[in-house]
Amino acid sequence: MDIRHTPTVCPYCGCGCGLTLETAEGRVLRAIPTADAPVNRGRLCVKGWNVHDFVQHPDRLTRPLLREDRETRPLDWESALDLAARELHRIRDAYGPDSIGILTSARCTNEENYLLQKFARCAVGTHNIDHCARL
Amino acid sequence: MTNPFDDLERSDCLLVVGSNATVAHPMVGMRLLRRKRAGGFLIVADPRRTTLAEQADIHLRLRPGTDVPLFNGLMRIIHDNGWHNREFIETRTENFPALLDAIAPWTPEATEAATGVPRDLLFRAAEAYAVSAASSIVYCLGVTQHRCGVNNVRVLADLAMLCGQIGRPGTGVNPLRGQNNVQGSCDMGGLPDYYPGYQKADDPAVREAFARAWGCPQPSTPGLTSLEMMEALHKGTLKAMIILGENPVVSDPDANHVRQALSKAEFLLCIDIFPTPTTELAHLTLPGASFAESEGTFTNSERRVQRVRQALPPLAGRSNSRVIQELSTRMGYPMPPDSPAAVFDEICALTPLLRGMSHERLDRESLCWPCPDKNHPGAPMLHADRFTRGKGLFAGLAHVPPAELPDAEYPLLLNTGMGHSQYLTGTMTRRCPMLEREMPHLEVDMHPDDARALGLRNGARARLSSRRGAVAARVHITDAVPAGTVFAPLHFAEAPVNLLTSAERDPVSKTPEFKICAVRVEKV
Repeated sequence: MDIRHTPTVCPYCGCGCGLTLETAEGRVLRAIPTADAPVNRGRLCVKGWNVHDFVQHPDRLTRPLLREDRETRPLDWESALDLAARELHRIRDAYGPDSIGILTSARCTNEENYLLQKFARCAVGTHNIDHCARL
Repeated sequence: MTNPFDDLERSDCLLVVGSNATVAHPMVGMRLLRRKRAGGFLIVADPRRTTLAEQADIHLRLRPGTDVPLFNGLMRIIHDNGWHNREFIETRTENFPALLDAIAPWTPEATEAATGVPRDLLFRAAEAYAVSAASSIVYCLGVTQHRCGVNNVRVLADLAMLCGQIGRPGTGVNPLRGQNNVQGSCDMGGLPDYYPGYQKADDPAVREAFARAWGCPQPSTPGLTSLEMMEALHKGTLKAMIILGENPVVSDPDANHVRQALSKAEFLLCIDIFPTPTTELAHLTLPGASFAESEGTFTNSERRVQRVRQALPPLAGRSNSRVIQELSTRMGYPMPPDSPAAVFDEICALTPLLRGMSHERLDRESLCWPCPDKNHPGAPMLHADRFTRGKGLFAGLAHVPPAELPDAEYPLLLNTGMGHSQYLTGTMTRRCPMLEREMPHLEVDMHPDDARALGLRNGARARLSSRRGAVAARVHITDAVPAGTVFAPLHFAEAPVNLLTSAERDPVSKTPEFKICAVRVEKV
């Protein structure tokens, strides 16, 4: 079994502890604290130690889901992205760009946050972009 | 934070306000307790007797919502006794007379009457903070989640400036951020009023610069905050929403109102890793990639930018970045499938605070912004020689009482927050068996006197209600909460405490008053 170690950052609070994910055959075996990480220096809290359990939980969403009336049906990625773009286009053309609002995520990376605010300001054309910082 | 985590262990006096750090920020809690054990003086201001409060030299057990009276009172004692730092006030600050006016009414007697904190504790805390060689303030959501949250932060800044306890190792005013990348989301311009790096969206020159960099004319109408978006959905002026990795139906105040708002959207697109009460309302839900499947960076409370590395391929086949890029291209603004490293280079080129960073550099060392060039070592400590605006501005603040206090109909005050083994809306932690076993359902902390009056035993089932909604809970009897108040964690989607909370907000930050609303508890 080929075991890989990937040093990364815990996804919970704002401490930013270094944790290392131990993976093999497409699964996370465990999370261990990164020994030389500046915030935690080889320690983790109980949430960090258990982080792998949610990553591969069977409830994870794996396919785009479309809700029609009371039915939900899976879509492939191409159809889902086409449908999203079509709906957003329609609403922007009918009501203007400020009729669309976007919540970005304090759980996601800087790069993803940057891209989504750029999407709001360029692809949609609105400053209606916010996230949970004020909660 | 103005100072790094490690600085807490260089502090002689630690003033912790509205933070349950051993639960919510364990690595900070650990440093605070370690410093206390090594001889540091620990002051905790909190209505609850938290683990930190139990260990503290002084516990200032203020009445909820009386932060401004408490710290104005401390400042008046400091000034009356000449413990303030005249040289710092002279050279580094302005508007000092306004501070003197604001603290004048807060005699020790008036402060004790308003806050419930005995005078001798006020004197001891004031002296310890002011005269220690290096004193640090650490605060969290107990300070900000009030209708006067911004005032509560500014009164702490006033206190730090009055005593010159800022800009040196072991000092500072240090907010603890609640989420892995809430600092980064703000830094990246995930805000209606700011482009990346806090460049103002209402400044035509800034808009022009981004229009040029992005090859796209920029909107000039001001954007809406998240809670304003919910109002706009209700009014019908907002028609569609995209929600990435958030669960406002559980996390926002007055949750019934939020659910109704989102139900009115013509099109709701959610991107998330799990089904949530929010994705249930979505017309289309796209599967998100978790942190373990993502490549990029997070920025912690210290402004430390650290590398996030992909350990597994995205479970559903696409990274979050690629989903945004493909959607943008389909909307008529082409975004090439740039790698996260290339996107980060673009960010740094447009964000002076981060200009000296790159993934390659962050692979070798984490860096705290501002880091303006390739050779800059980053800046773990801010405000050493000057404040961002030049001189520090004393605010001088008046007391704003909470919006909804207990009355005959709803006689108890509800405070909300986190438990030790769960996190926020529980989407992740409740799927970790070991964490869920520790805290499987909603328990409401209640003082023994209140429980006795209501005839409730420990573990009893009860109904907790406010003017906005009700949840089922079990009672946990403890004198860690003051009589007349109850505390409830927000993690449980089947008993969402935010059905009860008030959407009353701070006028500047728009932060809701999660820490105070009136409730009643009934035996069922």
